[in-house]
Amino acid sequence: MDVINALVALTNYVIIPATAYGAQLALGALGVTLVYSILRFSNFAHGDTMALGTGIVILITWGFQSLGITLGPLPTALLALPFGIVITAALLLGTDRTVYRFYRKVRAAPVVLVMVSVGVMFVMNALTRFLIGVDQINFDDGVRFVISARQWRDMTGLSEPLTLRSTQVITVITAVAVMVLLFWFLNRTRTGKSMRAFSDNEDLALLSGIDPNRVVTVTWIITGALATIAGTLYGLDKSFKAFTYFQLLLPIFAAAIVGGIGSPVGAILGGFVISFSEVGLTYAWKKVATYLVPAWEPDGLVQLLSTDYKFAVSFTILILVLIFRPTGLLKGKIV
Amino acid sequence: MKKLLLASAAIGLCAGASYADEIKMGVLLGFTGPLESLAPAMAQGAEMAIKEVSDSGKLLDGDTVTPVRGDSTCVDAAAATAAAETLVTSDGVKGIMGAMCSGATTAVLQNVAMPNGIVMISPSATSPALSDMEDDGLFFRTAPSDARQGEVMADEIMEKGLSSVAVTYTNNDYGKGLADSFQKAFEAQGGTVTISTAHEDGKGDYSAEVGSLASAGGDALAVVGYVDQGGSGVLRGALDTGAFETFIFPDGMVSQTLEDNFGSEIEGSFGQLPDSEGQGMETYLSMAESAGYDGSSAYSGAAYDGAALMLLAMQAAGSSDPKVYKDKITEIANGPGEKIYPGELAKALELIAAGTAIDYEGATAVNMIGNGEAAGTFREIEIKDGKIETVKYR
Repeated sequence: MDVINALVALTNYVIIPATAYGAQLALGALGVTLVYSILRFSNFAHGDTMALGTGIVILITWGFQSLGITLGPLPTALLALPFGIVITAALLLGTDRTVYRFYRKVRAAPVVLVMVSVGVMFVMNALTRFLIGVDQINFDDGVRFVISARQWRDMTGLSEPLTLRSTQVITVITAVAVMVLLFWFLNRTRTGKSMRAFSDNEDLALLSGIDPNRVVTVTWIITGALATIAGTLYGLDKSFKAFTYFQLLLPIFAAAIVGGIGSPVGAILGGFVISFSEVGLTYAWKKVATYLVPAWEPDGLVQLLSTDYKFAVSFTILILVLIFRPTGLLKGKIV
Repeated sequence: MKKLLLASAAIGLCAGASYADEIKMGVLLGFTGPLESLAPAMAQGAEMAIKEVSDSGKLLDGDTVTPVRGDSTCVDAAAATAAAETLVTSDGVKGIMGAMCSGATTAVLQNVAMPNGIVMISPSATSPALSDMEDDGLFFRTAPSDARQGEVMADEIMEKGLSSVAVTYTNNDYGKGLADSFQKAFEAQGGTVTISTAHEDGKGDYSAEVGSLASAGGDALAVVGYVDQGGSGVLRGALDTGAFETFIFPDGMVSQTLEDNFGSEIEGSFGQLPDSEGQGMETYLSMAESAGYDGSSAYSGAAYDGAALMLLAMQAAGSSDPKVYKDKITEIANGPGEKIYPGELAKALELIAAGTAIDYEGATAVNMIGNGEAAGTFREIEIKDGKIETVKYR
């Protein structure tokens, strides 16, 4: 019984939250990795693209709600998501046309493009705040729980609660669907293959007649879609606040680099490595330990790091990887 | 030479003689700085009390009282000290209603008030550190110390029969101070604090924090934070994971937002906040309204009370000398005697002159405890049927 209780506590406080968070990070890291491998720069504006996309989705959600359109037990935001993706992608294409294209044409060094993306980040950040404000917004209107703590206790009689929120399930299912779709697109379609060719060797790709403008356009559309989906899932699962997405930038980049930047599978792997490290290293293992070793009553909380250091975890992992394995876990490009 | 001596002697005699005088009072508040939005209503509160006394013409020998404002800035101790120094040495104030923030108050008390022997009554410095500070009996406050709220929290939890509590606090002076004073008070009463951990405001995700709190366990979770900030995030996480069912909410969490966002989910949880009720506060609010400012602004009533207490103590001591009237302040505040509410200062002056004892209640039901600080009244609330309901005042 104690072993089961220990497992339940671990699932409730570590495995479920870290899986949902990991899926959100992985989607974010996929966007970063895609821009890095095809457009060849680290896109610092990605976090705020997520915020902007989510803000647009929220506005559309409110529109649907005022019209009385809902998805029943599912959050209305899922219905608004495709519209949000279209608008965000259009905005990204507009940004590319007005900002990035010039620097591509003059063949600016990657570091210049990075600085340009920092500028874009500030503009997008301001735009998001202007559009929707800085307050915390909860826009999840579906059924909150798949399993609530009370149901679980009635069902099993265990002393440890287990909860599974519907947003966590939606996050994981959507993330898996998006990843499958992305890999199918990259590996099976003509456009996907041309993108990979462009990423591997730009000159050869151009020689074989691949249209670079088309590749860039498709990349931005996919990036916009990934950012909007990741941002909306994060906002549904936690809550939306304009500047929390900026804070997500560090774990997202850490995930992309740990997995091997430029490698889509690596981005997904990195997302989960980062999320499980963040949650696992800052989790107080006292409860689990007491269940597993009945004779042992720990004095402290058996916590490796205080939760204040959560962001330090991704930073530390990032540094360790850059020192000892700069190509990442799966061989990506050297940063 | 002889004439000069005579003249000096004459001037000396005159100074000793009794005649209507002008008494100056310092109003030292943070007119600029992080709490500048609160300062005007506090200054107006203090000045209203001063005007009331001055206009009555009944203080001492019909003395008039004039307020002199100074800027304590809240964060800059050097600026606060300089402002207080000016009030004392160049304006010659007989007492200072201020300062506003705990840090500035400490600096002014040690650098200006004590060396010059000037009485200070702060309406809003709530740091527990000021309770134990050496003050030569010159320092008082009409706001309760945060340590007091910690005690009230502990009392309330004990009465509910809960013996172990996990604490999460917002990572700033307020959160840390209140969490510490609560832990001290609760453990002194035999309770156990299983964990006391900080949360940062303005983050999206608090699942790691909730995980630690849940692992430590406890009968209830005390959320020492802000309802518009991380406090709500931790609360949401704790509810969603089923980690805690009962919560304790200090002042930063008790608001309409709490009711709107959580309502029935936190049924049976409880909390407390410094708040005054009754006749004194109502009278003060209507007086403030007719004077054209908002009396419900934080610490405005406490500022009125601070100024009134000093002036009534002068009357009781028969002197505007701070070294003399400082001993009368606690007596005036605690009674026993006829209760005095806002707007009755003229009556109070008459009663004191006639030798009748008074008990100054004022806007905030002032009652001094220990080292010259207000006990403060706290409103206890409980969540019943998804609504915040007042249980009682203590």
